[in-house]
Amino acid sequence: MALNVNQPLKREQAKVMSRFDLISRMVAKIPDEDAVVGGIGWTNFDLWAVKRRPRNFYMLGSMGLAVPIGMGVALAQPDIHVFALEGDGSLLMQLGCMATVAARKQTNLTVVIMDNGAYQITGGQRALSDEGADLVAIARGCGLEQAYWAADEDAFEEMIALAHKEPGPRLIGCRIDKEKPRETTERDPPILKDRFMRALGVKQG
Amino acid sequence: MATETWYEITVKVLKKHKVDLVTYVPDNVLRPLIELIHADPYFTAFACAREEEAVGITAGAWMGGRRGIVLMQTSGFATLPNTLASLSVPFQIPTLMMVSERGTMGEFNIGQQMVARTMRPVLDTLMIEAHTMTRLDEMEFILDRSMIQAWATQIPCCYILSPLLTGGKVFAA
Repeated sequence: MALNVNQPLKREQAKVMSRFDLISRMVAKIPDEDAVVGGIGWTNFDLWAVKRRPRNFYMLGSMGLAVPIGMGVALAQPDIHVFALEGDGSLLMQLGCMATVAARKQTNLTVVIMDNGAYQITGGQRALSDEGADLVAIARGCGLEQAYWAADEDAFEEMIALAHKEPGPRLIGCRIDKEKPRETTERDPPILKDRFMRALGVKQG
Repeated sequence: MATETWYEITVKVLKKHKVDLVTYVPDNVLRPLIELIHADPYFTAFACAREEEAVGITAGAWMGGRRGIVLMQTSGFATLPNTLASLSVPFQIPTLMMVSERGTMGEFNIGQQMVARTMRPVLDTLMIEAHTMTRLDEMEFILDRSMIQAWATQIPCCYILSPLLTGGKVFAA
């Protein structure tokens, strides 16, 4: 099913997909110069597992800040596109950031939400996203008009490709299953930061 | 020659160090600085919904090669310990913060008085360089040297603007 702008899906209409598969598709689709900021938890772990991509930044802690960090990278690097990868529980913690992204019209930023309706890393407790909070609808309410649920894998790829065709900001909601991540992110903050900054060409020598 | 104000000195030093991104949560005492920054096309400046977000944005910008500073009041700083302890400090990101100090020297809101007591212990515990700025004649030196130190050591820095410097927020008794 293709992206249908005129009839945006509701959360319950979107296909439940695999996090690892979606991140793999995303990483295969985007150019090497683009940056990806991964929020905490299993989303971050699968971003790490898919590929040791130099222009990836992996957060550890600071739950909810993948979108603000991504926005900061986007402000500093206007010539590349930045993807902020965040979980539903994390975004629920920092909903205001969507209003900031929308108000600033951060054209080179795409937010990707992995929504399984649960806090998987803490034992699978139910999240508010599974009790009626539709993060795509909230994003639209924040003024982020280009916010859609990905109907299926093809629609997801189409939305990722839009990043280099039309100005953002945009938000892609992905319903995902509760599959465990394949690996765990390396936990060495200065190294993670250093690799990212060198990959961006900010740090040299 | 007219004396420079604290906010004019701040803008001068920010420009000297190429700090051109300013994120903030509004505050009455900071208003002249915020207005001066917004009036100057050198800066990209905007309000955020929450201080954590403002720190996240400048952290991302730093990694992307752009320097920023976060403006807030004391109660806003109290929302930041987790962000500073899990992002700025461990990742060695020199987050610059400027906090207008409430809760002292004429405070009228007991909540501000209580929350202000938490600020310096948090800064000390996280080994963040912090300066309470009370005098106009010291301001440029402290701002300038501490920014150089922040970039060199990759440790955050917090400038606390005392009511002795800014006049603070006055209780209309």
